[in-house]
Amino acid sequence: MSAALDRDAVPAGARDSEPAELASAAPILRVEHLSMRFGGLVAINDFSFEARRGDVTALIGPNGAGKTTVFNCITGFYKPTEGRIALQFGDPGVWDELGALTERGTRRAVRGDGMLFLLERMPDYLVTQKARVARTFQNIRLFPGMTLLENLLVAQHNRLMRASGFTIFGALGLPIYTQAEHAAIEKARYWLDQIGLADRADDPAGELPYGAQRRLEIARAMCTDPVLLCLDEPAAGLNPHESAELGRYLRAIRGQHATSILLIEHDMSVVMEISDHVIVLDHGKKIADGTPEEIRNEPKVIAAYLGVEEDEVADAEREVP
Amino acid sequence: MAVEASPPASRVDIVRALREGAIAGLIAFGLFLPLIGFKTVQNIRNEIVLETRWPLLAAFVAIIAGGRFLHSLLLAPWLERRALRPRPAAVQPAPWQTELRRWIVPFALGVVITYPMFALSLVGFQGAVKWIDNFGVQILIYVMLGWGLNIVVGLAGLLDLGYVAFYAVGAYSYALLAKNFGLSFWMLLPLAGTLAAFWGILLGFPVLRLRGDYLAIVTLAFGEIIRIVLINWVPVTNGYAGITGIPRPTFFGIPFNANEDGFAARFGLEFSPIYRTLFLYYVILALALLTAAITVRLRRLPIGRAWEALREDEIACRSLGINTTNTKLTAFAMGGMFAGFAGSFFAARQGFISPESFTFMESAVVVAMVVLGGMGSLIGVAIAAIVMIGGTEIMRELDFLKQIFGNDFEPTQYRMLLFGFAMVLIMIWRPRGLITTRDPSLVLKERKAISKSLVDEGHG
Repeated sequence: MSAALDRDAVPAGARDSEPAELASAAPILRVEHLSMRFGGLVAINDFSFEARRGDVTALIGPNGAGKTTVFNCITGFYKPTEGRIALQFGDPGVWDELGALTERGTRRAVRGDGMLFLLERMPDYLVTQKARVARTFQNIRLFPGMTLLENLLVAQHNRLMRASGFTIFGALGLPIYTQAEHAAIEKARYWLDQIGLADRADDPAGELPYGAQRRLEIARAMCTDPVLLCLDEPAAGLNPHESAELGRYLRAIRGQHATSILLIEHDMSVVMEISDHVIVLDHGKKIADGTPEEIRNEPKVIAAYLGVEEDEVADAEREVP
Repeated sequence: MAVEASPPASRVDIVRALREGAIAGLIAFGLFLPLIGFKTVQNIRNEIVLETRWPLLAAFVAIIAGGRFLHSLLLAPWLERRALRPRPAAVQPAPWQTELRRWIVPFALGVVITYPMFALSLVGFQGAVKWIDNFGVQILIYVMLGWGLNIVVGLAGLLDLGYVAFYAVGAYSYALLAKNFGLSFWMLLPLAGTLAAFWGILLGFPVLRLRGDYLAIVTLAFGEIIRIVLINWVPVTNGYAGITGIPRPTFFGIPFNANEDGFAARFGLEFSPIYRTLFLYYVILALALLTAAITVRLRRLPIGRAWEALREDEIACRSLGINTTNTKLTAFAMGGMFAGFAGSFFAARQGFISPESFTFMESAVVVAMVVLGGMGSLIGVAIAAIVMIGGTEIMRELDFLKQIFGNDFEPTQYRMLLFGFAMVLIMIWRPRGLITTRDPSLVLKERKAISKSLVDEGHG
């Protein structure tokens, strides 16, 4: 009982901490041969990549390249036409079960404290609830008529729901619920402090300025205790100062909470500053994969962004050793 | 102050207003010439004769043209100036408003609890039955229905136009089970609520994928299905004729009748129908307050916050790991359960039910109450119910109008006209309903009311 409470009372991600050397070894997310077709339109074509644990992995590409579609497939909002999306946390040994799990046709494999999920088999809400993948949206989706505090408490719905005995204990006001609610409020307060909005806790989210809404949406996603945080263009619409602040904020999340980050972003200054690994997508295909420095100098990427003709790309490729 | 004073209308304004008035008059003339100008009547030889009503037509056209003239000359410029005036930025309510907010609920509670005493002392035993039954009980049934629907429409944002179906399920559950199996009111009340909640879940499953207008249409159809089943399943429901002789509620086993073992005789009182009415009044008051208490409680629990979050943004809810299917089903079931309670109470009070009582009109009235009151606001919905249902009942009392308009005049027939008029006025002045703020479900430091302009109305 008290152990469970302590777990809830510690708002920081200390409880998720894993040995650092082990953490970076295994991937957290493995996307293989992902394809998504809408009727005749091929949005993603045989796309594979890995996101390593503890990394900030950036997914970049020109408009319409299929980045958000990849996100929607990972987070369960779309069912991919083909492909496998595997997410793992806890003991990395559970990766060995991937083949068996795929054969079995179920969603989850467990070994020790290791969990392996096949996300393409899960409905969207279970991807967050069980596989602990949280996301934000390109166009901010807060609950504008609810206060900041309420926004952050809705994000802790599942834990509170269990603590409230699916409403029965809560309606009776039993201590098991009131304590859980107290812990949830503490956690919300912690995140409000982190994003510098503690003094606006009781204001409706819709009244916040744009940049603060972005930060609140990320904090709300973090309140679900994710192992993987998917951010869809978090710097869109922010000024350079706010973008830099966002970069620091994301680094802090990664450093303190053992949460890996998958990021879609157009703002190259943000991408180059905070990501460990960059994947470039164009017309639904992967065209490059590497560290920010490698990507910066990759002619295919420059071509995709600047819209150079195919043969010029080939020329450029010959020139670059 | 000098700035506020309206400048004298210039010649141009008058000419423009005259022109607009003339155009409106012309349109009115064209429209009303066939409608009002001519009338066909049968004469004594059964021939149709065309009569003309020029004075009436002229009066209509003059009213419309004059009204438009005055509107363009005075009202429209005034509205324009008012719109230009900067709005006071502070939303902070005045001290008297916060004071009022604090006292309104205890005061209203006191009024509804002592209302029968007032009625008794003012009009005596005979007269009070009408005032307690027609006004008290009738209004409280609708308040309860409004509060029940408020969970579905106001909190979860699912527009349900077939709410009367739950009411019907509750009423028929009570009527059939009490008549055929002799179960008591207190046993059937929870059972009727459970059955109605079950119907809510049944209804919920197929319609969960639908949103907004589509959801509204399907719920409307489900409401009609229930009514048509009640009409056509004659062996069970007795069709149009309805169910008569439904056992009346007893005072914990003691019937309200003139017999030796009746309520009045047992307590040494003179027999009067008022005791039953009083008992019914306090039963429905307790049920309505139970609905309110549960709603207030649930709003502060995760399920209530999930309902409101669902109304605000369903996709965001799913991205936070909330099972929206279950959340919607609980809202439907909760709302249905309260309608089931109200329905079984209605059947017990009437002693007779038929499909006539469960038409679409009832659903529309309850939805109108929730919308007019301000979605999600318990006090607003209660005020709307009092005005709409009480207003209808008051119209029955306005007999003096017959002396003005003649004996054929029936004020209640103007009910819908007045409803419509009230709706239009509310949509102009308070498009978010009477109560236009949302109260946060919990606070960290300071409680602030949230303007409804930020709160989403839900897309179903």
